[in-house]
Amino acid sequence: MKFINYLESTTGVSIYGLGSFMLFFTFFVFMAIWVFKADKRLITHLSEIPFDHSDSKS
Amino acid sequence: MQVEQFYYDNRTVKNFAYATVLWGIVGMLAGLLVAIQFYLPAASFNFAPTTFGRLRPVHTNAVIFAFVGNCIFAGIYYSLQRLCKARMFSDLLSKIHFWGWQLIIVAAALTLFMGYTTGKEYAELEWPIDIAITLVWVVFGINMFGTILTRRESHLYVAIWFYIATWVTVAMLHIVNSFEIPFSPLKSYSWYAGVQDALVQWWYGHNAVAFFLTTPVLGLMYYFMPKAANRPVYSYRLSIIHFWALIFIYIWAGPHHLLYTALPDWAQSLGTVFSIMLIAPSWGGMLNGLFTLRGAWDKVREDPVLKFMVVAVTCYGMSTFEGPLLSLKNVNAISHFTDWTIAHVHIGAMGWNGFIAFGMLYWMIPRIFGTQLYSKKLATTHFWVGTMGIVLYALPLYWAGFTQAMMWKQFTEEGQLKFQFLETVTHIIPMYITRSVGGLLYVSGVFIMVYNLVKTVKSGSLVADEAAEAAPLPKVIETHGKEYWHRWIERKPVQMLVYSFILVAIGGLLELIPTFLVKSNIPTIASVKPYTPLELQGRDIYIKEGCYTCHSQMVRPFRDEVARYGEYSKAGEFVYDHPFQWGSKRTGPDLARIGGKYPDSWHYNHMFDPSTMSPGSIMPRYPWLMDAKIDTALTPAKIRAMQTLGVPYPVGYDQQANAELMAQANKIKDNLKKDKIETAADAEIVALIAYLQRVGVDIKGEQKAQVASLK
Ligand code: HEC
Repeated sequence: MKFINYLESTTGVSIYGLGSFMLFFTFFVFMAIWVFKADKRLITHLSEIPFDHSDSKS
Repeated sequence: MQVEQFYYDNRTVKNFAYATVLWGIVGMLAGLLVAIQFYLPAASFNFAPTTFGRLRPVHTNAVIFAFVGNCIFAGIYYSLQRLCKARMFSDLLSKIHFWGWQLIIVAAALTLFMGYTTGKEYAELEWPIDIAITLVWVVFGINMFGTILTRRESHLYVAIWFYIATWVTVAMLHIVNSFEIPFSPLKSYSWYAGVQDALVQWWYGHNAVAFFLTTPVLGLMYYFMPKAANRPVYSYRLSIIHFWALIFIYIWAGPHHLLYTALPDWAQSLGTVFSIMLIAPSWGGMLNGLFTLRGAWDKVREDPVLKFMVVAVTCYGMSTFEGPLLSLKNVNAISHFTDWTIAHVHIGAMGWNGFIAFGMLYWMIPRIFGTQLYSKKLATTHFWVGTMGIVLYALPLYWAGFTQAMMWKQFTEEGQLKFQFLETVTHIIPMYITRSVGGLLYVSGVFIMVYNLVKTVKSGSLVADEAAEAAPLPKVIETHGKEYWHRWIERKPVQMLVYSFILVAIGGLLELIPTFLVKSNIPTIASVKPYTPLELQGRDIYIKEGCYTCHSQMVRPFRDEVARYGEYSKAGEFVYDHPFQWGSKRTGPDLARIGGKYPDSWHYNHMFDPSTMSPGSIMPRYPWLMDAKIDTALTPAKIRAMQTLGVPYPVGYDQQANAELMAQANKIKDNLKKDKIETAADAEIVALIAYLQRVGVDIKGEQKAQVASLK
């Protein structure tokens, strides 16, 4: 049993789905590229921020 | 370079930590009582504030906003200062934030007990409290961004990103979902109606889970787990991907709470697709947490803090795997409206949120009191008791949910439904009992923790202002390798705020707008008319008593549901429902077609004592409805509020409404009298009966008319 399509008159609703997927995908690709190209020293530095030695106690 | 001396504020951290424990206990005990009421309805004490419909919102709100809320704030105030190498921006704002939040919690508890509720799950608090929440949230935001802007560490650690995204998104969700028209100092109607209200509500409801119970807690995980294990997170690169993918995808998944409902199909599919996609970042995050402990499993054996965190992260992985599973339409067809969902959320709440909170408290409290944990052994005991509690809680409920769904769907060979609704309830009572034993174990664990923490606190003294030093931020920031655009965002918190807002806003808008645009396309069904004043009053009593916590009003288009309840629900039936009352759990049967099913007297007797009409019923008694009077003074204001929202009552109707109300009430009174029931015409029960007799009949009338014209 299926619902009748209430949105018949709004043609092209799928553009929302497509558009948003493209947006997400583009963003994701750019981000992934950055993440893998990022300098290793920077990444190491970032991951050690919680352990900085000027922290009064570890 | 010159180093600066400064002090971390530990007092606010301590206050939030204490509040976490206190409200945690309150919320869990409320939950325990609610769980007991499933097999011992008398545990509602026939007292309005402690009946299921009011107590359950107290439980959910207390656990989410008071227990987890304070836990998040404690963790953020502790970690943010250290990650930024700066004291919190303003002591005054910290104080306002802390006390403001506690006042909100107290006000929330009182109003919920008194029956002031919007009737929208996890957003039950009424408009004055909504405004207070907004204000305190802004205070928290200023304090957090102030700290970030005056930091001495040039980079923002990934935990802070999670905190920022949390702040932005919760602000947006709260404001959008709380649009309401007040008609009295403590009551309002939702701005949206029916399908739209449902969509906004579950867009909110789902993202409250995502951005209140998940992202901030992931931030805590990324700080406290490496600290407790004393080693950096497994993959920082992965954590960045985790972050962006998570916030972007989460915001879309809300409609998976409305599969097979009258929500348009495309929105349902969107919800499913994005829910499936969520597995990737969620599991990325879980593995990142677990792999942080690679090669350090010997530590886990000794350290209760790490034990709590390992189970917490594992539970996070389990519920984020199960969540997408539940968004598949064919799984959802079985799980939805049953205890399966309840089991699912408790893996998250008890396992993920609870265990992160406990791990964090055991790690943090000794440190801010400059001492050692009183007893590792007791903490380990707490860990095992708690874990057993979770297992004993969840397993029976999974079983109960699955069994009940199967029973609902069974037909005899003659094509009749095999089980009465109530039979499917009494069948799973043993599972309900076991579940409450699990809950009891879990709270007992918390009491063990309280003892342990009290002893710890006594053995030390609060380091209210903890000395620290760090070099100020250099004017020119050194770069490692090439500058990339992402680093530019990440170094600039304000940009970060803007970008994460844009991301979640796009997701939110794209999801919501089409439904609003097509408002005119929700097929209006000519026979669907606004509620009469008496029915409207009755509907408000239905909301006040929290009937929606046990009853759905949404017949899905399945053979068994149509056979059991009647014609499946259409979007056009709900256009005057401010707020919608579709519900999310069927402890009792669906009520979407209850109108006309029984005589008035049946309802009267049933509400007075359900077990007289349905032997073995676990529905609470509502004896006070027979005495309490309808608040007719509010009728005109209610009608006017509805008119503002576009409900087509004639002009000036607010002034005639009470006369019509009494006329209809007198009819019901006379009707009851025929069955030898004496009642005042203005008793609340009369309004409630009027409402129940109205639900779902508009469209019944239309179908009869159609059938007649066919003949
Ligand atoms: C703790 C859960 C719970 C709450 C809260 C609750 N009910 Fe029920 N309700 C049930 C159960 C279980 C049944 C089925 C057994 C029975 O008929 O009593 C039921 C049955 C009903 C029925 C009969 C449905 C039918 O088709 O036979 C009506 C009407 C009803 N409830 C109305 C209400 C109203 C109105 C409220 C709020 C004032 C309410 N219920 C609150 C659990 C609940």
